[in-house]
Amino acid sequence: METTILEMRGITKTFPGVKALSDVNLNVREGEIHAIVGENGAGKSTLMKVLSGVYPAGSYDGQIIYRGAEVQFKTIRDSEHQNIVIIHQELALVPLLSIAENIFLGNEVAKNGIINWDEARAGARKLLAMVGLKEDPDTLITHIGVGKQQLVEIAKALSKEVKLLILDEPTASLSEKDSTALLDLLLEFKKQGITSILISHKLNEIKRVADRVTVIRDGKTIETMDKADISEDRIITSMVGRSLEDRYPDRVPNVGEKLFEVKDWSVYHPLHADRQVVKNIALHVNKGEVVGIAGLMGSGRTEFAMSVFGRTYGQKISGQVLMHGKPVDTSTVRRAVDAGLAYATEDRKTYGLNLIDHIKNNVTIANLPGVSRYGVLDDMAEMKVANDYRKATNIRSSSVLQLTGNLSGGNQQKVVLSKWLFSDPEVLILDEPTRGIDVGAKYEIYTIINKLAGEGKGILVISSEMPELLGICDRIYVMNEGRIVGELSGDEASQEKIMRAIVRAEGRTA
Amino acid sequence: MTTETAPTPSEVPTPVSAGPSGRSILQANLRDYGLVVALLAIMVFFQIFTAGTMFKPVNLTNLVLQNSYIIIMALGMLLVIVAGHIDLSVGSVSGFVGAIAAILMVQYHVPAIPAGLLCVVLGAIIGASQGYFIAYVKVPSFIVTLAGMLVFKGLSLAVLGGKSVGPFPTEFQLLSAGFIPDVIGPIKLIPPTLDAAGKAIVGTGVTLHSTTMVIGVLIVLAMVFSSLRTRSRRRSHGYESEPFPLFVVKTAIIAGLVLYMTYLVASYKGLPNVLIVMSILIAFFVFMTKRMTIGRRIYALGGNPKAAQLSGIKTERLTFYVFTIMGALAALAGLIFAARLNTATPKAGQGFELDVIAAVFIGGASALGGVGQVAGAVIGAFILGVMNNGMSILGINIDLQQMIKGVVLLGAVVFDLYNKNKA
Repeated sequence: METTILEMRGITKTFPGVKALSDVNLNVREGEIHAIVGENGAGKSTLMKVLSGVYPAGSYDGQIIYRGAEVQFKTIRDSEHQNIVIIHQELALVPLLSIAENIFLGNEVAKNGIINWDEARAGARKLLAMVGLKEDPDTLITHIGVGKQQLVEIAKALSKEVKLLILDEPTASLSEKDSTALLDLLLEFKKQGITSILISHKLNEIKRVADRVTVIRDGKTIETMDKADISEDRIITSMVGRSLEDRYPDRVPNVGEKLFEVKDWSVYHPLHADRQVVKNIALHVNKGEVVGIAGLMGSGRTEFAMSVFGRTYGQKISGQVLMHGKPVDTSTVRRAVDAGLAYATEDRKTYGLNLIDHIKNNVTIANLPGVSRYGVLDDMAEMKVANDYRKATNIRSSSVLQLTGNLSGGNQQKVVLSKWLFSDPEVLILDEPTRGIDVGAKYEIYTIINKLAGEGKGILVISSEMPELLGICDRIYVMNEGRIVGELSGDEASQEKIMRAIVRAEGRTA
Repeated sequence: MTTETAPTPSEVPTPVSAGPSGRSILQANLRDYGLVVALLAIMVFFQIFTAGTMFKPVNLTNLVLQNSYIIIMALGMLLVIVAGHIDLSVGSVSGFVGAIAAILMVQYHVPAIPAGLLCVVLGAIIGASQGYFIAYVKVPSFIVTLAGMLVFKGLSLAVLGGKSVGPFPTEFQLLSAGFIPDVIGPIKLIPPTLDAAGKAIVGTGVTLHSTTMVIGVLIVLAMVFSSLRTRSRRRSHGYESEPFPLFVVKTAIIAGLVLYMTYLVASYKGLPNVLIVMSILIAFFVFMTKRMTIGRRIYALGGNPKAAQLSGIKTERLTFYVFTIMGALAALAGLIFAARLNTATPKAGQGFELDVIAAVFIGGASALGGVGQVAGAVIGAFILGVMNNGMSILGINIDLQQMIKGVVLLGAVVFDLYNKNKA
């Protein structure tokens, strides 16, 4: 009885060195709400980018059949002409333009290049009424909240007479009330015959609105289930059900006394002073222990780490940091380093490295006093340090004078690690230490982590890859929406238990 | 001065046998060498077309005197640009400080040395106050220094009452017009031709300023010694440096050039005082950028400010220091310029910022920050200076001069980008 509006067949998309999608199939029926779930990096967003023409036809293999005909989108404009509209996680609105200007951006109500503002405002008002947003079309985007911005995006989609609406984690940054309103809107659209694809982590939301669910894992379609079959258990099993191979080097844990402790740590968003990002976190790391923080993207893990490390994130920070049981001052990066902390960032290109400088200068920059006297650098000592760390962390390069910008992701990560090892910390906070690097390099990073733990250092690993945490950690904290929602020992922890902790917390807040 | 070239990616450490060929090192250093070659080529070009005027001792001395204040400001501007900023106010600041110097010395009869020191401190304070807004209030440097440019241009007009003030006391003029004393005594290399009355005809014969010659020779010896020492030190640590023949040729050429220039300068009036000041400053800034932690941190700041901050570098304080240094150097340049004109005029310093910024970019600095060398900025300033000088001698109109300079600036940066994309 239902007709298929969209079919994606055998989609395979490779990036240099990574196969992001391999042979993915997706079948969406006309007028349904189709949810796509999967772990971070499973390939959901990539699939949607293929569909909407962000990755042009020809850059991937496979077929897209839309309303009975094969389509080849070269740009987003092509897919929009076919009434397919994608709303990305990061909203594509211009903050300092008005709602009306944003709705008709690139699609202005104009004749010969002259905009008819009366008509544009009237049109905008009509669209805003459809999405239930009571705002003046002349209001600037920057003056309305994220939830309302999301609605403006949807109004913009409606202005393009959308037939297939794709929402990439639309409720990730919305409050409970806004989320509910948004989901109601999707149900309302369904009545009007608009098909939606909803990418979400929030299983309770999916249960509420989705007609069918497709699970993607490691770039492959795992299964598509019908409304009757949708259950949290089944989704979770499908999402994480990958076999744990021997991808993690062995280590005999030798956990000592309490080394690093954070008490009652709270942080507010740097721009929105009333949004609490980290909520009363308490955790500790022992000597020689590898501790993980699990959680979804946006759960506040990076924000927590950066706020501890020299208050490099957020405002109105409160709480206490203790080393060896004594309170320490970590209010600037310098002080945090002096207290024995190091933080290797999740975004090495933006925050970790000077890409236009070579390995040597990047390795020594956090500890220049270690290779200088009275402010004068000893370049031979520096060379030796750089070469030693290059050897110790196995950085593959022609020499320590190679620019870090020309290194692969794994080797860049090793440079970041070397930099912090040379600052001789007692506690290392590693934020997504293996993101975007290949399996071999990952193994090497794990080996380094094990070695450091063996030397009695405390390691705190933030990772969105649950198998990784399970593979290397002695203890795992689970974080969600700024809170610690679970603590599991390495033996008892499993992907299901972690997921359950997260989902349970989502259920409480949503 | 040092002749150490920056370590380049192709200087591969152990094993020695797998080291790079001389050719690849030459290629890697092409930009550094290319700049020097370009400067020499331009000088030779004008030497030919000005019928030998370019290399005349008096002209070379003038060249140094004319460009000293641009070069001194280029040193500070290099730091500013490497740190990822810009300073548009240096011309106005130097003019303003020159005006204050005139008021102090001419109207209030403050002795030259305390007045000069006071002026440099004033420049540092001006730089620091601009640096405060840039580093701590986070106003973009373009805006802060554009405002500074207007403010200090206006202030010079105000303090001078729209008139020129001068002349300066003699001891202050020596800063720009003076030469080092010949403590050893002149050497008559070729006796001057005598006229019928037995008096020497001006411009004939060669008399050498022997102190200058001695200093020149000492500098060359120190240079050769230090590069030999660096080389052997690198070798002993197992790092391949350029092949010996290339090293010898390079050192010989540089030594020869320095000796020749010294000879030319010595055959006029000897070393100008301002050249001594300038050389010390250049040597210090080369040392600071290459060997000191503060220099390294400035490059890290310009290369990636966020990463620098997360590496524990106090990025705000560093930016503040950089602008303070720039202010002090702008003040020194203002003093030199005022001493050279022997008067402070409301128009002094106008447009200097453009020459200074152009010099730094011609010298290979990146507008995005993190890249640039002191030596490059100095040579860039000389390239501009030689072109000004040569074109003036040739009598080329000022309008055409401006156009040619503009094209050279654009060409140098395009050449850089082309090289970078090829690599």
